[in-house]
Amino acid sequence: MTTTTETPAVTADSDVGSPPPPSRIRARRRKGKDAEEKVGPFWTVTAWVLTLLFFAPVAWMVLTSLHIEADAASNPPSVFAPITFENYGALFDRDVLPYLINSGIASVVSTLLVLVLAVPAAYALSIRPVEKWTDVMFFFLSTKFLPPIAALLPIYLIVQNAGMLDNIFTLVILYTSMNLPIAVWMMRSFLVEVPVAILESASLDGAGLVRTLVSVVMPIAAPGIAATSLICFIFSWNEFMFAVNLTSVSAATSPIFLVGFISSQGLFLAKLCAAATLVSLPVLIAGFAAQDKLVRGLSLGAVK
Amino acid sequence: MSITTETAAPTSTSPGRKAPTRDRKEAWRRRGPLLPALIFTIIVTQIPFLITLAVSTLDWNIQRPGEKSFLGLGDYQSFAGLDNFVTVFTDERLRTAVLNTVLLTASVVIISTLLGLGMAVLLDRKFIGRGLARTLLIAPFLVMPVAAALLWKHALYNPDYGLINGTLNWLWQLFGAEEGPVVDWISTFPMPAVVTALVWQWTPFMMLILLAGLQSQPADVLEAAKIDRASPMQIFRHITLPHLRRYIELAALLGSVYVVQTFDAIFTITQGGPGDATTNLPYEIYLTMFRKFEYGEAAAAGVVVVIGTIVVATFALRTISSLFDEENA
Repeated sequence: MTTTTETPAVTADSDVGSPPPPSRIRARRRKGKDAEEKVGPFWTVTAWVLTLLFFAPVAWMVLTSLHIEADAASNPPSVFAPITFENYGALFDRDVLPYLINSGIASVVSTLLVLVLAVPAAYALSIRPVEKWTDVMFFFLSTKFLPPIAALLPIYLIVQNAGMLDNIFTLVILYTSMNLPIAVWMMRSFLVEVPVAILESASLDGAGLVRTLVSVVMPIAAPGIAATSLICFIFSWNEFMFAVNLTSVSAATSPIFLVGFISSQGLFLAKLCAAATLVSLPVLIAGFAAQDKLVRGLSLGAVK
Repeated sequence: MSITTETAAPTSTSPGRKAPTRDRKEAWRRRGPLLPALIFTIIVTQIPFLITLAVSTLDWNIQRPGEKSFLGLGDYQSFAGLDNFVTVFTDERLRTAVLNTVLLTASVVIISTLLGLGMAVLLDRKFIGRGLARTLLIAPFLVMPVAAALLWKHALYNPDYGLINGTLNWLWQLFGAEEGPVVDWISTFPMPAVVTALVWQWTPFMMLILLAGLQSQPADVLEAAKIDRASPMQIFRHITLPHLRRYIELAALLGSVYVVQTFDAIFTITQGGPGDATTNLPYEIYLTMFRKFEYGEAAAAGVVVVIGTIVVATFALRTISSLFDEENA
């Protein structure tokens, strides 16, 4: 890929043609809007009451996880019971670690694979677009709309015949295909925002595709790549349907640990809440880190 | 957060003066980076659906001996034509599952879109701690769905020690009563119980998309309306809602596509019960496959889900495509 001005020149020109960069418009608009809007205490109180009501189950989950079983199962609820971390210790005694590791492998490896496939694809759909690139975009999107349950039977049959049941690599492949359309759409929406002039000036004379991607595109699109990775990580970490049907012991992921947890006898609410909090923690962290870009991932890049 | 104007080059930008061979070489050079992702997606997503389609025409129960091999993946009994589809539409359980799926999806999507719209309107204005409120509101969507389902089932709905009955009990005792009402929420109201848990999970999703829509409103139009002394209600009805329409459509359609696939919540909260009161199609397909071992029927039900999803997805794609065209215009 050279820096010749022949083909991508159209992109560069039209980009220069639209004077202020979108980010500036956005910033100005928000500033003007916020400055004049003052809301009364009623508005603030309503918003906060609803927010806390919505957040209450999460808060209750965390609080219960810090109580002993007897306090957790008391009625009326004992909100101010003494705090303990023993439930979390109990989880590690019950071998939660292999499940967390499996979840980690499935989500991290599949996310890396997604990036390896999606970054070049997004490049070929935005910076140096192939012909009919919109059709390709909508093909990717349409695969996201196919209900995975309808693919479960053939996937189960194939995986079983290949001797790949209860193998973490099976989940890696499935999660990659599950997240690839999202990543392609997200990455493209980030790449088109990079002014072509910057890419042009940064690009290396006579550099091959891999070098262009690694030393020009990736540094510029790094925030987009980070946001995309977090979204893919969230979806893989939380996946349940394939995990419960295609794994049993050695490749079982965190949601499987949670479900298996219930069959035990006696009081288990506090430990259950501890387990639920523990397995949700990575995604809560990833989600809060990516919250500004979350909407773009959820709407498959359609909304920014 | 706004729909920014983008400028991707249209495809046919190669000047005509170039030799056709060079054009072709350039075209392949451009396709190169796309191909791995495209081929991977075609193999992993399209082949299973072709197989599902093929299996849906077979009489195949793995508990009975089969004589004919299906692509070496197993032995089926006989070719069944459209019999499995007849079963899907006449079998009482499967018909219930179809109805439950529609009911569940429609209730969750409608309620969470309305709630999400309300929250988005609240969060669009600046108030003390708005950033924190937004962060807290996203949390329900991020909690692992299986964890959320277990949380609702055991920590909130449980008749003896769940938070809901616990709070009722506390309120009743506060006003001098001996004991609060004891309601077994899941067995008394199975479908609303599942819907509530899912609404809780999906409202943040709707809220985020609609909030992005609200914040992309052109400020000058709003200011002009205020100068013309339009009431806040008038502004909302005549300016905000029309602007939001596509965002609402997008949120509702994407929500539908995802909520139709609900498996975790049913599996965890009710196991489809009591009876088949909350069995939706994904859960019924799972049961048909792994409890009844009727592969042909499971595949046929899968095909029905795909067709149903395609109907909704077509509208979703149209909405996304209109947002997309606007950006790339």
